[in-house]
Amino acid sequence: MKITKNEVIHVAALSRLDMNEESIDKFASQIGTILEYVDTLKQVDTEGVKPTSHAIFLTNAFREDEEKEHLDRENALANAPEKEDGNFVVPKVIA
Amino acid sequence: MKLYELTIEEAHKLLKEKEISSQELTQAVLDRISAVEEKVGAYVTVADELAMDQARLADKAISEGNISPLTGIPLAIKDLMCTKGLRTTCASEILENFVPPYDATVIKKLKKLDAVIVGKTNMDEFAMGSSNEHSGMKITHNPWDLTCIPGGSSGGSAAAVAADMCISSLGSDTGGSIRQPASHCGVVGLKPTYGRVSRFGLVAFASSLDQIGPVTKSVTDAAVMMNAIAGYDAADSTSVPKETPDYTSVLNKDGLNGLTVGIPREYSEVEGLDPDVSAAVKDAIKKIQEMGAECIEVSLPHSKYVVAVYYVIAPSEASSNLARYDGVKYGFRDKDKSELTDMYRSTRSGGFGPEVQRRIIIGTYCLSAGYYDAYYGKASQVRTLIMEDFNKAFEKCDAILSPTAPTPAFPIGEKVDDPLTMYLSDIFTLSANLAGIPGISVPCGFSAHGLPIGLQITGKHFNEEALLRIAYNFEQATDFHKKKPSL
Amino acid sequence: MEFESVIGLEVHAQLKTKTKIFCSCSTAFGSPPNTHTCPVCLGMPGVLPVLNKKVVDYTIRMALATNCEIERESRFARKNYFYPDLPKGYQISQYELPIARFGHIDIEVGDETKRIGITRIHMEEDAGKLTHDPDRPVSRVDFNRTGVPLMEIVSEPDIRTPEEAGAYLRKLRSIVRYIGVSDGNMEEGSFRCDANVSIMPKGSETFGTRAELKNLNSFKHVEKAIYYEIERQKEIIGDGGEVVQETRLWDPVKNVTTSMRSKEEAHDYRYFPDPDLLPLVVENEWIDAVKAELPELPDEKKDRFIKAFGLPSYDAEVLTSSRELADYFEDCLKVFPNAKPVSNWVMGSLLGLLNTEGKTIEDSPISAHDLGHLLKLIDEDVISGKIAKTVFDEMAKTGKPPKKIVEEKGLVQVTDVSAIEAVVAKVLERSPKEIEEYKGGKTKVLGFFVGQVMKETKGKANPKIVNEILRDKLG
Repeated sequence: MKITKNEVIHVAALSRLDMNEESIDKFASQIGTILEYVDTLKQVDTEGVKPTSHAIFLTNAFREDEEKEHLDRENALANAPEKEDGNFVVPKVIA
Repeated sequence: MKLYELTIEEAHKLLKEKEISSQELTQAVLDRISAVEEKVGAYVTVADELAMDQARLADKAISEGNISPLTGIPLAIKDLMCTKGLRTTCASEILENFVPPYDATVIKKLKKLDAVIVGKTNMDEFAMGSSNEHSGMKITHNPWDLTCIPGGSSGGSAAAVAADMCISSLGSDTGGSIRQPASHCGVVGLKPTYGRVSRFGLVAFASSLDQIGPVTKSVTDAAVMMNAIAGYDAADSTSVPKETPDYTSVLNKDGLNGLTVGIPREYSEVEGLDPDVSAAVKDAIKKIQEMGAECIEVSLPHSKYVVAVYYVIAPSEASSNLARYDGVKYGFRDKDKSELTDMYRSTRSGGFGPEVQRRIIIGTYCLSAGYYDAYYGKASQVRTLIMEDFNKAFEKCDAILSPTAPTPAFPIGEKVDDPLTMYLSDIFTLSANLAGIPGISVPCGFSAHGLPIGLQITGKHFNEEALLRIAYNFEQATDFHKKKPSL
Repeated sequence: MEFESVIGLEVHAQLKTKTKIFCSCSTAFGSPPNTHTCPVCLGMPGVLPVLNKKVVDYTIRMALATNCEIERESRFARKNYFYPDLPKGYQISQYELPIARFGHIDIEVGDETKRIGITRIHMEEDAGKLTHDPDRPVSRVDFNRTGVPLMEIVSEPDIRTPEEAGAYLRKLRSIVRYIGVSDGNMEEGSFRCDANVSIMPKGSETFGTRAELKNLNSFKHVEKAIYYEIERQKEIIGDGGEVVQETRLWDPVKNVTTSMRSKEEAHDYRYFPDPDLLPLVVENEWIDAVKAELPELPDEKKDRFIKAFGLPSYDAEVLTSSRELADYFEDCLKVFPNAKPVSNWVMGSLLGLLNTEGKTIEDSPISAHDLGHLLKLIDEDVISGKIAKTVFDEMAKTGKPPKKIVEEKGLVQVTDVSAIEAVVAKVLERSPKEIEEYKGGKTKVLGFFVGQVMKETKGKANPKIVNEILRDKLG
C-alpha cells in the first residue's frame, strides 16, 4: 500500500513536522516503497500469536515511595531556550 | 611503541607496572586524534582538558594502589550517551548545544573505575542509520578506505577504534549499530543481551531494541568492557536483575570442543551477498569446526520478514521517543516563531535531518488510528514468531554464525538516497535486537579491495560467554585483528 | 417529546504519595516553580521511568473500595500528543489493559439508592502547569506537577440527572478520603471531573451523541454545567438539529458551555504499550494484604450506624459522609453513649457552627470529648437543653470545657422545687388576665407562664419542674 500525499501531510501534522511540496513528494515516494515492502507481513499467519512488546520476560519493577535527590532549579533550566523567574517560557498556542 | 596502538589489556599491564602513566597514554591518544581526525572525522567533541584532568586523577589512584582494568584508559563514547557537563548531541542539530546535567549509568560506572573519557564520537543522527552518513554534524570516513562509509550508527566509535584514536569505546546497537560498523572497520563489536546493560542515560531510539555495548580492538578488551558496564540498574525497569559473570574467565584457548554452532539455511539465500564476504565467512566456519565445534544447519523460517518487522517497530517507538524534542525545555528552538504550533513544526523540521524525519513519519503512520493493527500490531506478532525461531534453533546449537553485513563497506553516497536498500543491508543483524539475544562481530577477512569483513556470532539470552569463547578462540587462531589501516 | 439524559463522569484523583509515580521527586504542593524536578520528570534525553509501588497499593485500595475486579496483569501505555506541559510528548497511562474494571458504588438521591457502575480505574501521570501571560503572547511552564500520580475513574453512563452526578461525585470523594489515597479537593485540583452528557428520547435504548464538558471546578459547577448542557441539547433537537460530538468548556461566570473545537484535527493519541515499563502483575496475596489494611468504608459504616445505634438512614448518611465526621461522632459516643442526641447535636448545632465559621470537622473549635460532656450535663439535669445551647456557643468561643463554663457563669439548673414554687407564685400573682385566658381554654398561655418563670430565673429553672408546678397550681 503506497502512502498518499494527503496521508503524509496528515502524519506530518500529527508529528509536528513542516513539509514543503518537494519534501512531501519525496517522502511519499520513499515511504511508499518502504511500506510496500512492509506489506509482506500480511503473508504471515499470526492467528493466535501474542504480540511482543518487550524482549525480556520480566514483570513488576518497582521503587519505594521515598524522596531522593532532585535536580536543583538552575540545572533544570540550564538548557532552556527561554526562561523567566524559574519558569520555562514558550510561545502561546493560538487556538 | 606507539602508545595509542595499545589494547586495554596491554595498556593496563604497563600502567600497573608503572611503565607508563595515564597522562602519557591519554596525551598520546589526543595527539593521534589531532593527527588524523581531519581525515577520519570520528569525533563530534574532543574533550582534551577534561580528559587530562581525568588522567591525572587516574594516575593518583594508581599511585595509591587503586587500579582496575579500565583505570586510566582513554575511551571514546558514542555521542548518544549522556555525559554530565559534556555536550551530548546525538549527532543532531536539535541537540547541538545540549549539556546533560547527569551521567548515564554506564558513564557513572566508568568514572567510578577512573577511566578516561577523551570525547564523544560521531554517529547517525539519533542512531538512525547504517552508514554514519545521516549524522547532522559531519561525515565519518572508514580508516581502511577514506572514500567508504565506516558503517553505522556507531560509525564514529568503530572508526576511532580502528584508527587508534582511542584505546576502546562504547557504542549502541538497535538494529546492528555496534556489530555492523565493527565489521566494516575491522574491529570487535558486542551487543549484549537486552537488559544486560542499563539503558539509563542512553538517548532512546527504539526502547525495546536499544542496548549499549563495547567496540574494541580485541575480544579480550570487549570482555573487560563488559565486566565494567554490565549489571542490574534500578533506574532502568527493563534491566535484568541477574548476576554478572566475569566475562574474561572464558578467554582461554582451549578450543571449542563441546560447542555446537548453527548455520541458518535461509541466510545463504540472501540477495546481494558479496562473494568475498561469503568466502571469508565460509573459511571462518571451517576454522571454527577445526577448533572442535560441531556445525549443523538450522532454520530461521521467518528471516525474510525481519527487515519489515524492524522497520515498523523501530520507527514506531522512535516516533514517540523523539516527541520530547519540541524546543520547550532544551535543545534548539526556532525563536522566530511566536506561535506554539509554528514553533514546534519549524523547530523539529529545522533540527531533525531527513532520515530522522522519514522514520518519524513512518512510525507515526504505523501507530495511527486505523493502521495500528495492520502495522504495529502485526509486526509485534511476527516478532514473537521470530523469537520462537531462535528459541527452537538454540535447542540444537549454542551459537549461530553468519556474516555481519552482506557486503563490505560501500562508498560514501552510494546508498544514502535509497533508504530501502540501506535498510536491507541490516538483514543479518536486525533479528538479534528483535529477539533480544546477544551478538558479536569479529574480523574474519578482507575483501579484494582490502576492506574488512566481519563474522557475526549470536547466542542465547545471557550467554555472552559462549560468544566470547568462540570469538576469542577464532581471533587467536587468526591474524585479522593484528592488521591496522594505513592512515 | 420527552427526553432523558445520559451522563458519564471521568474523575482524576491525585494520589497523595510522597513521591511522583515514575521518579523520586516530591509531590509537595505550592512550591516555587521547577523546584521539584529531575531529569526523569523533565523528560530529558535518555531518562527512564520506574514505577512507585505505593501508587499501585493505593489504586488497589480504591479498586477494592469500589467493588472492582482487579486485573491480574495490566500494562502501561503511551498516550502521544504535543503540549508544553507534557515534557516527553507523551503521557504514560494505561489503555487496553487497566488495573481495575467492572466496579460500582451506591449513591443516595432523595430516598432512593441507586447503583452507578464504574467502567474502569487506571493509573497515569499528571502534566505540568501552564500559565498564560495576560499581556505577552507567551506562556510559562512549571513542571513540579509533572509526574504526580493520578488515578482515573470512569463511570458507566448510568447517571441520569445533575443531582445524581453530584451525589456520585460526593460519594467518590468521600471514598478516596476514607481510604486515605487522595485529598479529593476539587478547588485545589486533587479531584477533577469531566462530564460526558447526551440526551435521548425517553425509553430509548440508543444513546444520543455526547458532548464532553471540561473546566468543572466544583461539585456545584458540575451540576450546573450538566443542567445547562442538557437544556442546550434539548433545544437543538427540538429545533430539528443534531448534537455535535465535541468538547465544551464550562464558563463559570457566564454559566454556559462553549465549544472548544479548534481548526486542528481530532486527537489521534496513537496508544501503544510503553516499552520502558514492565507488565504489572498483581497476585492475590497482594490484594489480600491491601484488603486487610482497608478501613471501614462509608457504606459499611453507615449500615453499622443504623444497626448498632438505631439511627435513621438519613442521620447515618450525614454522619458517615466523611471519615472525620464519623470518627467525631463515635468519639463523642465514647463519652455519652446515647446515639440519637449525639446525632442531633452533631448534625444540628455542630455542623451549623462549622458552616457559619467556614471550618472543617478537623478544625472544630469544640472537641468530640467536650460535646459528649455537654450532653452528659443535660442528661443529668444539671442544665437545661436551652441553657446548653448557650454553653455550646461559649465553648466554641473560648474552647473551655462545658463544666467550667457552667460553673463560671453560674448556669447550674435550678431544680429546687420550693424555689421554683416561689417564682411560679410570683408570676401567677401578677398575671391575672392570663390566668383567666388559660382557665377559659387557651392552653397555649402556659407557654407565657413558663417564659416568665424562665425570665425570672434567668433560664436556669428546670423546665420540666416548672411545667409540673404550673399545671398543679393552675389546675
